Amino acid sequence: MNDPAGAPALSEIAIKPLKHVNGAAHRWVAFIVMVAFFALAPTFIYPVFLMKVMCFALFACAFNLLLGYVGLLSFGHAMFLGIAGYAAAYVAKEGLNIEAIRLGTIHIPLNIALPPFTPELAILTGVLAAAILGYVAGLLAIRRQGIYFAMITLALAQMVYFFCLQAPFTGGEDGIQAVPRGKLFGVIDLSDVKAMYATVFVIFIGGFLVIFRIIHSPFGQVMKAIRENEPRATSLGYDTDRYKLIAFVLSATLAGLAGATNALVFQLAALNAVHWTMSGEVVLMTLVGGLGTVFGPVVGVLAVLGMENYLAQLGAWVTIVQGAIFVICVLTFRRGIVGELARWIKKPL
Amino acid sequence: MTDDYVLETRELTKEFKGFVAVNKVNLKVRRGTIHALIGPNGAGKTTCFNLLTQFLPPTRGRIFYKAKEITGSKPSAIARMGLVRSFQISAVFPHLSVLENVRLALQRKRGGSFDFWRSERILNALDDRARELIASVGLSEFEQTIAVELPYGRKRALEIATTLALDPEVMLLDEPTAGMTHEDVGRISALIRRVAQNRTVLMVEHNLSVVADLCDHITVLARGEILAEGDYATVSRNPEVVQAYMGKGYA
Repeated sequence: MNDPAGAPALSEIAIKPLKHVNGAAHRWVAFIVMVAFFALAPTFIYPVFLMKVMCFALFACAFNLLLGYVGLLSFGHAMFLGIAGYAAAYVAKEGLNIEAIRLGTIHIPLNIALPPFTPELAILTGVLAAAILGYVAGLLAIRRQGIYFAMITLALAQMVYFFCLQAPFTGGEDGIQAVPRGKLFGVIDLSDVKAMYATVFVIFIGGFLVIFRIIHSPFGQVMKAIRENEPRATSLGYDTDRYKLIAFVLSATLAGLAGATNALVFQLAALNAVHWTMSGEVVLMTLVGGLGTVFGPVVGVLAVLGMENYLAQLGAWVTIVQGAIFVICVLTFRRGIVGELARWIKKPL
Repeated sequence: MTDDYVLETRELTKEFKGFVAVNKVNLKVRRGTIHALIGPNGAGKTTCFNLLTQFLPPTRGRIFYKAKEITGSKPSAIARMGLVRSFQISAVFPHLSVLENVRLALQRKRGGSFDFWRSERILNALDDRARELIASVGLSEFEQTIAVELPYGRKRALEIATTLALDPEVMLLDEPTAGMTHEDVGRISALIRRVAQNRTVLMVEHNLSVVADLCDHITVLARGEILAEGDYATVSRNPEVVQAYMGKGYA
Protein backbone atom coordinates (compact mmCIF):
# COMPACT_ATOMS: atom_id res chain seq x y z
CA MET A 1 0.00 0.00 0.00
CA ASN A 2 1.48 3.30 -0.95
CA ASP A 3 -0.70 5.96 0.44
CA PRO A 4 1.42 8.74 1.83
CA ALA A 5 -0.93 9.37 4.71
CA GLY A 6 0.25 6.11 6.22
CA ALA A 7 -1.40 2.81 6.93
CA PRO A 8 -2.78 3.52 10.38
CA ALA A 9 -4.91 6.32 9.03
CA LEU A 10 -7.20 4.03 7.10
CA SER A 11 -7.29 1.33 9.74
CA GLU A 12 -8.85 3.53 12.30
CA ILE A 13 -11.49 4.99 10.07
CA ALA A 14 -12.25 1.75 8.27
CA ILE A 15 -15.86 0.87 7.99
CA LYS A 16 -18.13 -1.85 9.21
CA PRO A 17 -20.01 -2.70 6.07
CA LEU A 18 -23.06 -4.38 7.50
CA LYS A 19 -23.97 -1.37 9.53
CA HIS A 20 -24.18 0.76 6.42
CA VAL A 21 -27.91 0.95 6.60
CA ASN A 22 -27.87 2.39 10.10
CA GLY A 23 -24.42 3.92 9.92
CA ALA A 24 -25.19 5.91 6.80
CA ALA A 25 -27.08 8.54 8.79
CA HIS A 26 -24.06 10.67 9.64
CA ARG A 27 -23.08 10.61 5.96
CA TRP A 28 -26.46 11.90 4.98
CA VAL A 29 -26.02 14.67 7.51
CA ALA A 30 -22.62 15.53 6.05
CA PHE A 31 -24.04 15.42 2.54
CA ILE A 32 -26.95 17.68 3.42
CA VAL A 33 -24.60 20.12 5.15
CA MET A 34 -22.47 20.20 2.01
CA VAL A 35 -25.43 20.70 -0.33
CA ALA A 36 -26.91 23.37 1.94
CA PHE A 37 -23.59 25.16 2.13
CA PHE A 38 -23.17 25.40 -1.64
CA ALA A 39 -26.84 26.27 -2.12
CA LEU A 40 -26.82 29.10 0.44
CA ALA A 41 -23.24 30.33 0.31
CA PRO A 42 -23.61 32.57 -2.77
CA THR A 43 -25.69 34.94 -0.64
CA PHE A 44 -22.65 35.80 1.46
CA ILE A 45 -19.64 34.52 -0.55
CA TYR A 46 -18.54 35.67 -4.00
CA PRO A 47 -20.28 33.18 -6.37
CA VAL A 48 -17.44 32.98 -8.90
CA PHE A 49 -15.11 31.89 -6.11
CA LEU A 50 -17.64 29.25 -5.06
CA MET A 51 -17.93 27.99 -8.62
CA LYS A 52 -14.15 27.62 -8.70
CA VAL A 53 -14.34 25.73 -5.41
CA MET A 54 -16.96 23.35 -6.80
CA CYS A 55 -14.96 22.69 -9.98
CA PHE A 56 -11.82 21.99 -8.01
CA ALA A 57 -13.71 19.95 -5.44
CA LEU A 58 -14.93 17.68 -8.22
CA PHE A 59 -11.38 17.54 -9.57
CA ALA A 60 -9.99 16.60 -6.14
CA CYS A 61 -12.73 14.00 -5.58
CA ALA A 62 -11.85 12.42 -8.93
CA PHE A 63 -8.19 12.39 -7.93
CA ASN A 64 -9.06 10.92 -4.53
CA LEU A 65 -10.98 8.13 -6.25
CA LEU A 66 -7.65 6.96 -7.63
CA LEU A 67 -5.26 7.72 -4.77
CA GLY A 68 -7.57 7.16 -1.83
CA TYR A 69 -9.41 4.08 -3.07
CA VAL A 70 -7.11 2.30 -5.54
CA GLY A 71 -3.84 3.52 -4.01
CA LEU A 72 -2.54 4.93 -7.29
CA LEU A 73 -0.71 8.27 -6.99
CA SER A 74 -1.12 10.06 -10.28
CA PHE A 75 1.16 13.05 -10.49
CA GLY A 76 -0.23 14.26 -13.78
CA HIS A 77 -3.91 14.71 -13.16
CA ALA A 78 -3.74 18.31 -14.38
CA MET A 79 -3.55 16.95 -17.92
CA PHE A 80 -7.16 15.77 -17.72
CA LEU A 81 -8.36 18.99 -16.14
CA GLY A 82 -6.47 20.99 -18.74
CA ILE A 83 -7.21 19.05 -21.91
CA ALA A 84 -10.93 19.01 -21.14
CA GLY A 85 -10.81 22.76 -20.55
CA TYR A 86 -9.11 23.36 -23.88
CA ALA A 87 -11.43 21.03 -25.78
CA ALA A 88 -14.56 22.55 -24.24
CA ALA A 89 -13.35 26.13 -24.67
CA TYR A 90 -12.36 25.52 -28.28
CA VAL A 91 -15.64 24.00 -29.45
CA ALA A 92 -17.67 26.49 -27.44
CA LYS A 93 -15.86 29.36 -29.14
CA GLU A 94 -14.98 28.11 -32.61
CA GLY A 95 -17.20 25.10 -33.17
CA LEU A 96 -15.55 22.30 -35.08
CA ASN A 97 -14.17 22.95 -38.54
CA ILE A 98 -12.14 20.20 -40.13
CA GLU A 99 -11.81 20.37 -43.90
CA ALA A 100 -9.60 17.35 -44.26
CA ILE A 101 -7.08 15.18 -42.48
CA ARG A 102 -3.67 14.97 -44.06
CA LEU A 103 -1.45 12.04 -43.12
CA GLY A 104 1.65 12.33 -45.28
CA THR A 105 0.38 11.93 -48.79
CA ILE A 106 -2.99 10.58 -47.77
CA HIS A 107 -5.71 13.18 -47.94
CA ILE A 108 -9.04 12.41 -46.33
CA PRO A 109 -11.68 15.05 -47.04
CA LEU A 110 -14.08 15.45 -44.12
CA ASN A 111 -15.72 18.82 -44.60
CA ILE A 112 -16.90 19.03 -41.01
CA ALA A 113 -18.17 22.51 -40.30
CA LEU A 114 -20.04 22.84 -37.02
CA PRO A 115 -21.03 26.14 -35.46
CA PRO A 116 -19.96 26.91 -31.84
CA PHE A 117 -21.23 24.24 -29.47
CA THR A 118 -23.85 24.82 -26.81
CA PRO A 119 -22.40 24.59 -23.26
CA GLU A 120 -23.66 21.06 -22.53
CA LEU A 121 -22.12 19.76 -25.76
CA ALA A 122 -18.92 21.68 -25.13
CA ILE A 123 -18.63 20.10 -21.68
CA LEU A 124 -19.38 16.69 -23.18
CA THR A 125 -16.60 17.23 -25.73
CA GLY A 126 -14.19 18.13 -22.93
CA VAL A 127 -15.19 15.07 -20.92
CA LEU A 128 -14.72 12.85 -23.96
CA ALA A 129 -11.27 14.32 -24.63
CA ALA A 130 -10.24 13.63 -21.01
CA ALA A 131 -11.62 10.08 -21.18
CA ILE A 132 -9.65 9.29 -24.33
CA LEU A 133 -6.49 10.82 -22.91
CA GLY A 134 -7.16 8.92 -19.68
CA TYR A 135 -7.40 5.65 -21.54
CA VAL A 136 -4.13 6.20 -23.41
CA ALA A 137 -2.26 7.50 -20.35
CA GLY A 138 -3.74 4.72 -18.21
CA LEU A 139 -2.65 1.99 -20.62
CA LEU A 140 0.92 3.22 -20.37
CA ALA A 141 1.04 4.12 -16.68
CA ILE A 142 -0.61 1.15 -14.97
CA ARG A 143 2.14 -1.12 -16.22
CA ARG A 144 4.27 0.25 -13.41
CA GLN A 145 3.67 0.69 -9.70
CA GLY A 146 4.37 3.17 -6.94
CA ILE A 147 6.84 5.92 -7.72
CA TYR A 148 7.24 4.74 -11.32
CA PHE A 149 3.53 5.11 -11.90
CA ALA A 150 3.69 8.65 -10.53
CA MET A 151 6.68 9.49 -12.73
CA ILE A 152 5.06 8.15 -15.91
CA THR A 153 1.90 10.17 -15.28
CA LEU A 154 4.05 13.24 -14.62
CA ALA A 155 6.00 12.72 -17.85
CA LEU A 156 2.80 12.30 -19.86
CA ALA A 157 1.34 15.42 -18.27
CA GLN A 158 4.44 17.37 -19.27
CA MET A 159 4.00 16.17 -22.85
CA VAL A 160 0.41 17.37 -22.78
CA TYR A 161 1.60 20.70 -21.34
CA PHE A 162 4.01 21.25 -24.23
CA PHE A 163 1.38 20.16 -26.70
CA CYS A 164 -0.97 22.80 -25.28
CA LEU A 165 1.82 25.37 -25.45
CA GLN A 166 2.71 24.64 -29.08
CA ALA A 167 -0.44 23.42 -30.80
CA PRO A 168 -1.94 25.93 -33.27
CA PHE A 169 -5.43 25.91 -31.76
CA THR A 170 -4.67 26.36 -28.04
CA GLY A 171 -3.50 29.94 -28.21
CA GLY A 172 -0.08 29.24 -26.69
CA GLU A 173 0.73 31.53 -23.78
CA ASP A 174 -2.57 33.37 -24.18
CA GLY A 175 -4.77 30.32 -23.99
CA ILE A 176 -8.29 30.43 -25.38
CA GLN A 177 -9.88 33.62 -24.10
CA ALA A 178 -13.35 35.14 -24.17
CA VAL A 179 -15.05 31.76 -24.41
CA PRO A 180 -18.80 32.34 -24.70
CA ARG A 181 -20.80 30.60 -21.99
CA GLY A 182 -23.65 30.24 -24.41
CA LYS A 183 -27.15 29.03 -23.75
CA LEU A 184 -27.64 25.74 -21.93
CA PHE A 185 -29.72 23.43 -24.17
CA GLY A 186 -30.12 26.53 -26.32
CA VAL A 187 -32.48 28.00 -23.72
CA ILE A 188 -30.88 29.06 -20.44
CA ASP A 189 -28.46 31.93 -20.82
CA LEU A 190 -25.38 31.12 -18.74
CA SER A 191 -23.98 34.63 -18.85
CA ASP A 192 -26.35 35.14 -15.96
CA VAL A 193 -24.33 34.29 -12.85
CA LYS A 194 -27.26 32.60 -11.11
CA ALA A 195 -27.87 30.27 -14.04
CA MET A 196 -24.17 29.48 -14.30
CA TYR A 197 -23.98 28.86 -10.57
CA ALA A 198 -26.95 26.50 -10.67
CA THR A 199 -25.39 24.60 -13.57
CA VAL A 200 -22.05 24.19 -11.80
CA PHE A 201 -23.88 23.20 -8.62
CA VAL A 202 -25.80 20.43 -10.42
CA ILE A 203 -22.66 19.19 -12.17
CA PHE A 204 -20.70 19.15 -8.90
CA ILE A 205 -23.36 17.34 -6.88
CA GLY A 206 -23.97 14.92 -9.76
CA GLY A 207 -20.26 14.18 -10.11
CA PHE A 208 -19.92 13.78 -6.35
CA LEU A 209 -22.76 11.25 -6.25
CA VAL A 210 -21.28 9.31 -9.16
CA ILE A 211 -17.97 9.07 -7.30
CA PHE A 212 -19.77 8.05 -4.11
CA ARG A 213 -21.53 5.27 -5.99
CA ILE A 214 -18.33 4.06 -7.64
CA ILE A 215 -16.66 3.81 -4.22
CA HIS A 216 -19.64 1.85 -2.86
CA SER A 217 -20.15 -0.54 -5.73
CA PRO A 218 -18.96 -4.11 -6.30
CA PHE A 219 -16.28 -2.52 -8.48
CA GLY A 220 -15.37 -0.23 -5.58
CA GLN A 221 -14.85 -3.26 -3.35
CA VAL A 222 -12.30 -4.63 -5.80
CA MET A 223 -10.66 -1.20 -5.99
CA LYS A 224 -10.18 -1.25 -2.23
CA ALA A 225 -8.88 -4.81 -2.39
CA ILE A 226 -6.25 -3.68 -4.89
CA ARG A 227 -5.33 -0.76 -2.65
CA GLU A 228 -5.01 -3.08 0.32
CA ASN A 229 -3.10 -5.96 -1.25
CA GLU A 230 -2.72 -6.19 -4.98
CA PRO A 231 -0.99 -9.61 -5.20
CA ARG A 232 -3.75 -11.09 -3.06
CA ALA A 233 -6.42 -9.61 -5.31
CA THR A 234 -4.63 -11.23 -8.25
CA SER A 235 -4.47 -14.55 -6.45
CA LEU A 236 -8.24 -14.38 -5.95
CA GLY A 237 -8.58 -14.23 -9.72
CA TYR A 238 -9.02 -10.50 -10.27
CA ASP A 239 -7.25 -9.15 -13.33
CA THR A 240 -6.04 -6.12 -11.41
CA ASP A 241 -4.70 -4.24 -14.43
CA ARG A 242 -8.15 -4.04 -15.95
CA TYR A 243 -9.68 -2.74 -12.72
CA LYS A 244 -6.93 -0.17 -12.39
CA LEU A 245 -7.35 0.96 -15.98
CA ILE A 246 -11.11 1.40 -15.59
CA ALA A 247 -10.62 3.31 -12.32
CA PHE A 248 -8.02 5.47 -14.03
CA VAL A 249 -10.32 6.28 -16.95
CA LEU A 250 -13.22 7.04 -14.57
CA SER A 251 -11.02 9.37 -12.56
CA ALA A 252 -9.72 11.10 -15.70
CA THR A 253 -13.24 11.48 -17.08
CA LEU A 254 -14.52 13.10 -13.89
CA ALA A 255 -11.46 15.34 -13.73
CA GLY A 256 -12.32 16.30 -17.30
CA LEU A 257 -15.86 17.17 -16.26
CA ALA A 258 -14.38 19.52 -13.67
CA GLY A 259 -11.94 21.03 -16.19
CA ALA A 260 -14.54 21.63 -18.89
CA THR A 261 -16.95 23.24 -16.42
CA ASN A 262 -14.16 25.39 -15.02
CA ALA A 263 -13.28 26.64 -18.52
CA LEU A 264 -16.85 27.76 -19.08
CA VAL A 265 -17.07 29.46 -15.69
CA PHE A 266 -13.94 31.52 -16.29
CA GLN A 267 -14.50 31.71 -20.06
CA LEU A 268 -10.88 30.75 -20.38
CA ALA A 269 -8.66 27.75 -21.05
CA ALA A 270 -5.10 28.51 -20.08
CA LEU A 271 -1.80 26.81 -19.45
CA ASN A 272 -1.98 26.95 -15.66
CA ALA A 273 -4.62 24.18 -15.75
CA VAL A 274 -2.20 21.76 -17.45
CA HIS A 275 0.88 22.84 -15.51
CA TRP A 276 2.50 20.32 -13.17
CA THR A 277 1.94 22.64 -10.21
CA MET A 278 -1.77 22.00 -10.69
CA SER A 279 -1.11 18.26 -10.37
CA GLY A 280 0.76 19.02 -7.16
CA GLU A 281 -1.96 21.28 -5.82
CA VAL A 282 -4.61 18.59 -6.12
CA VAL A 283 -2.42 16.25 -4.07
CA LEU A 284 -2.14 18.96 -1.43
CA MET A 285 -5.87 19.65 -1.41
CA THR A 286 -6.73 15.97 -1.07
CA LEU A 287 -4.24 15.36 1.73
CA VAL A 288 -5.28 18.43 3.71
CA GLY A 289 -8.94 17.43 3.43
CA GLY A 290 -8.46 13.74 4.11
CA LEU A 291 -7.24 11.05 1.76
CA GLY A 292 -9.61 8.16 1.23
CA THR A 293 -12.56 9.96 2.77
CA VAL A 294 -15.61 10.86 0.72
CA PHE A 295 -15.91 14.47 1.86
CA GLY A 296 -12.23 15.19 2.49
CA PRO A 297 -11.29 16.54 -0.94
CA VAL A 298 -14.19 19.03 -0.85
CA VAL A 299 -13.08 20.39 2.52
CA GLY A 300 -9.45 20.40 1.38
CA VAL A 301 -10.27 22.44 -1.70
CA LEU A 302 -12.29 24.89 0.36
CA ALA A 303 -9.36 25.29 2.76
CA VAL A 304 -6.65 25.66 0.13
CA LEU A 305 -8.56 27.92 -2.26
CA GLY A 306 -9.93 29.89 0.66
CA MET A 307 -6.40 30.62 1.76
CA GLU A 308 -5.37 31.60 -1.75
CA ASN A 309 -8.35 33.89 -2.06
CA TYR A 310 -8.49 35.55 1.34
CA LEU A 311 -4.78 35.74 1.92
CA ALA A 312 -4.17 37.12 -1.56
CA GLN A 313 -2.92 40.43 -0.19
CA LEU A 314 0.03 38.57 1.28
CA GLY A 315 1.25 38.01 -2.28
CA ALA A 316 4.00 35.43 -2.59
CA TRP A 317 3.61 34.64 1.10
CA VAL A 318 0.51 32.58 0.29
CA THR A 319 2.71 29.83 -1.09
CA ILE A 320 4.80 29.86 2.07
CA VAL A 321 1.74 29.76 4.30
CA GLN A 322 0.38 26.89 2.22
CA GLY A 323 3.70 25.07 2.49
CA ALA A 324 3.71 25.52 6.26
CA ILE A 325 0.13 24.23 6.53
CA PHE A 326 1.04 21.23 4.41
CA VAL A 327 3.99 20.45 6.68
CA ILE A 328 1.82 20.83 9.79
CA CYS A 329 -0.82 18.63 8.21
CA VAL A 330 1.67 15.86 7.44
CA LEU A 331 3.30 16.11 10.87
CA THR A 332 0.28 16.44 13.12
CA PHE A 333 -2.95 15.45 11.45
CA ARG A 334 -1.98 13.02 8.79
CA ARG A 335 -5.52 11.88 8.18
CA GLY A 336 -6.48 15.34 7.02
CA ILE A 337 -9.29 17.50 8.36
CA VAL A 338 -12.14 15.11 7.54
CA GLY A 339 -10.03 12.06 8.34
CA GLU A 340 -9.40 13.33 11.87
CA LEU A 341 -13.03 14.28 12.26
CA ALA A 342 -14.12 10.82 11.18
CA ARG A 343 -11.76 9.25 13.69
CA TRP A 344 -13.09 11.50 16.40
CA ILE A 345 -16.73 10.54 15.80
CA LYS A 346 -15.63 6.96 15.00
CA LYS A 347 -17.60 6.92 11.78
CA PRO A 348 -16.45 7.01 8.18
CA LEU A 349 -17.08 10.25 6.33
CA MET B 1 0.53 -38.04 -18.26
CA THR B 2 -2.24 -39.67 -16.35
CA ASP B 3 -5.26 -38.05 -14.79
CA ASP B 4 -3.89 -38.98 -11.41
CA TYR B 5 -1.73 -35.91 -11.34
CA VAL B 6 -3.58 -32.67 -11.02
CA LEU B 7 -0.46 -30.55 -11.20
CA GLU B 8 2.73 -31.41 -12.99
CA THR B 9 5.86 -29.59 -14.05
CA ARG B 10 8.43 -30.61 -16.62
CA GLU B 11 12.01 -29.42 -16.42
CA LEU B 12 10.81 -26.26 -14.68
CA THR B 13 13.70 -23.80 -14.46
CA LYS B 14 14.04 -20.23 -13.21
CA GLU B 15 17.22 -18.23 -13.51
CA PHE B 16 17.78 -14.79 -12.01
CA LYS B 17 20.69 -13.12 -13.78
CA GLY B 18 22.79 -16.28 -13.89
CA PHE B 19 21.65 -17.60 -10.51
CA VAL B 20 19.59 -20.72 -10.92
CA ALA B 21 16.83 -20.61 -8.30
CA VAL B 22 14.87 -23.57 -9.61
CA ASN B 23 16.61 -26.14 -11.76
CA LYS B 24 14.80 -28.69 -13.93
CA VAL B 25 12.18 -29.55 -11.40
CA ASN B 26 9.75 -32.30 -12.32
CA LEU B 27 7.05 -32.04 -9.72
CA LYS B 28 4.00 -34.26 -9.74
CA VAL B 29 1.14 -33.59 -7.41
CA ARG B 30 -1.37 -36.40 -7.12
CA ARG B 31 -5.04 -35.47 -7.01
CA GLY B 32 -6.57 -35.44 -3.55
CA THR B 33 -3.35 -35.55 -1.57
CA ILE B 34 -1.61 -33.18 0.77
CA HIS B 35 1.78 -32.72 -0.78
CA ALA B 36 4.60 -30.93 1.01
CA LEU B 37 7.47 -29.05 -0.50
CA ILE B 38 10.28 -28.83 2.03
CA GLY B 39 13.91 -27.90 2.00
CA PRO B 40 16.43 -25.55 3.60
CA ASN B 41 16.26 -21.78 3.14
CA GLY B 42 16.96 -20.70 -0.40
CA ALA B 43 16.06 -24.08 -1.86
CA GLY B 44 13.61 -22.46 -4.27
CA LYS B 45 10.33 -23.45 -2.65
CA THR B 46 8.68 -20.06 -2.81
CA THR B 47 10.07 -19.47 -6.30
CA CYS B 48 8.41 -22.75 -7.28
CA PHE B 49 5.11 -21.42 -5.96
CA ASN B 50 5.54 -18.21 -7.87
CA LEU B 51 6.23 -20.19 -11.04
CA LEU B 52 3.28 -22.53 -10.59
CA THR B 53 0.89 -19.60 -10.24
CA GLN B 54 2.72 -17.58 -12.89
CA PHE B 55 3.51 -14.72 -10.54
CA LEU B 56 6.95 -15.27 -12.09
CA PRO B 57 7.46 -16.45 -15.66
CA PRO B 58 9.68 -19.56 -15.85
CA THR B 59 12.93 -19.33 -17.80
CA ARG B 60 12.37 -22.82 -19.21
CA GLY B 61 10.06 -25.72 -18.68
CA ARG B 62 6.33 -26.30 -18.74
CA ILE B 63 3.51 -26.48 -16.22
CA PHE B 64 0.42 -28.63 -16.58
CA TYR B 65 -2.75 -28.28 -14.55
CA LYS B 66 -5.38 -30.97 -15.05
CA ALA B 67 -3.46 -32.18 -18.12
CA LYS B 68 -3.68 -28.73 -19.69
CA GLU B 69 -0.63 -26.58 -20.19
CA ILE B 70 -0.87 -23.33 -18.24
CA THR B 71 2.64 -22.00 -18.84
CA GLY B 72 2.36 -18.33 -19.76
CA SER B 73 -1.20 -17.79 -18.52
CA LYS B 74 -1.99 -14.73 -16.43
CA PRO B 75 -1.88 -15.29 -12.64
CA SER B 76 -5.47 -14.12 -12.30
CA ALA B 77 -6.57 -16.56 -15.01
CA ILE B 78 -4.86 -19.42 -13.17
CA ALA B 79 -6.68 -18.48 -10.00
CA ARG B 80 -9.95 -18.60 -11.92
CA MET B 81 -9.13 -22.12 -13.11
CA GLY B 82 -9.11 -23.26 -9.49
CA LEU B 83 -5.42 -23.20 -8.63
CA VAL B 84 -5.29 -20.73 -5.77
CA ARG B 85 -2.29 -19.75 -3.70
CA SER B 86 -1.62 -18.17 -0.35
CA PHE B 87 1.41 -16.12 0.54
CA GLN B 88 4.23 -16.46 3.02
CA ILE B 89 3.41 -13.19 4.67
CA SER B 90 -0.21 -13.18 5.64
CA ALA B 91 -2.30 -12.12 2.70
CA VAL B 92 -5.40 -10.41 3.96
CA PHE B 93 -6.88 -7.07 2.97
CA PRO B 94 -5.78 -5.33 6.17
CA HIS B 95 -8.20 -2.42 6.39
CA LEU B 96 -11.33 -4.26 5.38
CA SER B 97 -13.45 -6.26 7.81
CA VAL B 98 -13.22 -10.04 8.09
CA LEU B 99 -16.58 -10.32 6.37
CA GLU B 100 -15.51 -8.06 3.52
CA ASN B 101 -12.31 -10.05 3.08
CA VAL B 102 -14.20 -13.28 2.52
CA ARG B 103 -16.90 -11.60 0.48
CA LEU B 104 -14.30 -10.29 -1.94
CA ALA B 105 -13.44 -13.86 -2.81
CA LEU B 106 -17.11 -14.86 -3.10
CA GLN B 107 -17.67 -11.85 -5.30
CA ARG B 108 -15.38 -13.45 -7.88
CA LYS B 109 -18.11 -15.95 -8.73
CA ARG B 110 -20.22 -13.12 -10.09
CA GLY B 111 -17.66 -12.97 -12.88
CA GLY B 112 -15.96 -9.64 -13.38
CA SER B 113 -17.02 -7.02 -10.87
CA PHE B 114 -16.81 -4.15 -13.29
CA ASP B 115 -20.23 -2.76 -12.39
CA PHE B 116 -19.25 0.53 -10.82
CA TRP B 117 -22.77 1.92 -11.24
CA ARG B 118 -24.46 -0.59 -8.96
CA SER B 119 -24.80 -0.38 -5.21
CA GLU B 120 -22.63 -2.66 -3.15
CA ARG B 121 -25.79 -3.67 -1.32
CA ILE B 122 -26.28 -6.42 -3.91
CA LEU B 123 -23.23 -8.06 -2.36
CA ASN B 124 -25.19 -8.60 0.84
CA ALA B 125 -26.59 -11.68 -0.88
CA LEU B 126 -23.19 -13.26 -0.34
CA ASP B 127 -23.15 -12.59 3.39
CA ASP B 128 -24.69 -15.91 4.45
CA ARG B 129 -22.12 -17.98 2.58
CA ALA B 130 -19.36 -15.68 3.87
CA ARG B 131 -20.54 -16.22 7.45
CA GLU B 132 -20.52 -20.00 6.96
CA LEU B 133 -16.93 -19.85 5.78
CA ILE B 134 -15.95 -17.55 8.62
CA ALA B 135 -17.56 -19.92 11.08
CA SER B 136 -15.74 -22.88 9.54
CA VAL B 137 -12.40 -21.35 10.49
CA GLY B 138 -13.66 -20.29 13.92
CA LEU B 139 -13.75 -16.55 13.32
CA SER B 140 -17.47 -15.90 13.84
CA GLU B 141 -16.96 -13.53 16.73
CA PHE B 142 -14.53 -11.47 14.64
CA GLU B 143 -16.85 -11.02 11.68
CA GLN B 144 -16.87 -7.22 11.95
CA THR B 145 -13.26 -6.88 13.05
CA ILE B 146 -10.88 -5.05 10.75
CA ALA B 147 -8.44 -7.69 9.50
CA VAL B 148 -5.34 -5.79 10.57
CA GLU B 149 -6.44 -6.01 14.21
CA LEU B 150 -6.61 -9.81 14.22
CA PRO B 151 -3.84 -11.74 15.94
CA TYR B 152 -1.45 -13.44 13.55
CA GLY B 153 -2.88 -16.94 13.78
CA ARG B 154 -6.38 -15.63 13.13
CA LYS B 155 -5.14 -13.77 10.07
CA ARG B 156 -3.90 -17.03 8.61
CA ALA B 157 -7.25 -18.59 9.36
CA LEU B 158 -8.97 -15.70 7.61
CA GLU B 159 -6.66 -16.17 4.66
CA ILE B 160 -7.66 -19.81 4.43
CA ALA B 161 -11.35 -18.91 4.66
CA THR B 162 -10.86 -16.42 1.83
CA THR B 163 -9.07 -19.00 -0.29
CA LEU B 164 -11.78 -21.57 0.46
CA ALA B 165 -14.41 -19.12 -0.68
CA LEU B 166 -13.12 -19.64 -4.20
CA ASP B 167 -13.70 -23.37 -3.77
CA PRO B 168 -10.35 -24.14 -5.36
CA GLU B 169 -9.42 -27.57 -6.66
CA VAL B 170 -5.83 -27.06 -5.67
CA MET B 171 -4.66 -24.90 -2.78
CA LEU B 172 -1.06 -23.79 -2.64
CA LEU B 173 -0.16 -22.80 0.91
CA ASP B 174 3.12 -21.03 1.50
CA GLU B 175 4.26 -21.74 5.06
CA PRO B 176 0.80 -21.72 6.63
CA THR B 177 2.13 -22.15 10.17
CA ALA B 178 5.19 -19.89 10.00
CA GLY B 179 5.57 -17.65 13.03
CA MET B 180 2.65 -19.16 14.91
CA THR B 181 2.25 -20.07 18.51
CA HIS B 182 2.03 -23.75 19.32
CA GLU B 183 -1.70 -23.51 19.89
CA ASP B 184 -2.31 -21.81 16.56
CA VAL B 185 -0.24 -24.41 14.73
CA GLY B 186 -2.56 -27.11 16.01
CA ARG B 187 -5.63 -25.16 14.97
CA ILE B 188 -4.33 -24.46 11.48
CA SER B 189 -3.17 -28.01 10.80
CA ALA B 190 -6.53 -29.36 11.89
CA LEU B 191 -8.12 -26.86 9.54
CA ILE B 192 -5.89 -27.86 6.64
CA ARG B 193 -6.68 -31.50 7.21
CA ARG B 194 -10.37 -30.73 7.17
CA VAL B 195 -10.36 -28.62 4.02
CA ALA B 196 -8.10 -31.06 2.19
CA GLN B 197 -10.78 -33.74 2.28
CA ASN B 198 -12.10 -32.96 -1.16
CA ARG B 199 -9.25 -31.08 -2.74
CA THR B 200 -5.54 -31.16 -3.34
CA VAL B 201 -3.14 -29.19 -1.18
CA LEU B 202 0.44 -28.35 -2.01
CA MET B 203 2.22 -26.69 0.87
CA VAL B 204 5.61 -25.28 1.68
CA GLU B 205 6.27 -25.92 5.34
CA HIS B 206 9.21 -25.72 7.70
CA ASN B 207 7.55 -27.25 10.68
CA LEU B 208 8.45 -30.91 10.15
CA SER B 209 6.03 -32.22 12.74
CA VAL B 210 3.20 -30.58 10.81
CA VAL B 211 4.55 -32.14 7.62
CA ALA B 212 4.86 -35.57 9.25
CA ASP B 213 1.37 -35.26 10.62
CA LEU B 214 -0.45 -33.97 7.56
CA CYS B 215 1.28 -34.79 4.36
CA ASP B 216 0.90 -37.85 2.19
CA HIS B 217 3.79 -37.07 -0.06
CA ILE B 218 6.91 -34.98 0.36
CA THR B 219 9.26 -33.44 -2.15
CA VAL B 220 12.57 -32.16 -0.80
CA LEU B 221 14.20 -29.32 -2.65
CA ALA B 222 17.80 -28.19 -2.20
CA ARG B 223 19.59 -25.58 -4.26
CA GLY B 224 16.73 -25.51 -6.72
CA GLU B 225 16.72 -29.22 -7.43
CA ILE B 226 14.66 -32.13 -6.22
CA LEU B 227 16.72 -34.04 -3.71
CA ALA B 228 14.28 -36.69 -2.62
CA GLU B 229 10.64 -37.68 -2.81
CA GLY B 230 8.35 -40.02 -0.96
CA ASP B 231 6.44 -40.27 2.28
CA TYR B 232 7.79 -38.87 5.51
CA ALA B 233 9.45 -42.08 6.66
CA THR B 234 11.30 -42.55 3.37
CA VAL B 235 12.40 -38.95 3.11
CA SER B 236 13.55 -38.60 6.71
CA ARG B 237 15.81 -41.64 6.38
CA ASN B 238 17.43 -40.35 3.22
CA PRO B 239 21.06 -39.45 4.10
CA GLU B 240 21.20 -36.68 1.51
CA VAL B 241 18.20 -35.01 3.06
CA VAL B 242 19.66 -35.20 6.54
CA GLN B 243 22.88 -33.72 5.20
CA ALA B 244 21.09 -30.86 3.43
CA TYR B 245 19.29 -29.96 6.63
CA MET B 246 22.02 -30.55 9.18
CA GLY B 247 25.19 -29.96 7.18
CA LYS B 248 28.00 -32.40 6.46
CA GLY B 249 28.99 -34.83 9.17
CA TYR B 250 25.48 -35.87 10.17
CA ALA B 251 24.85 -38.18 7.27
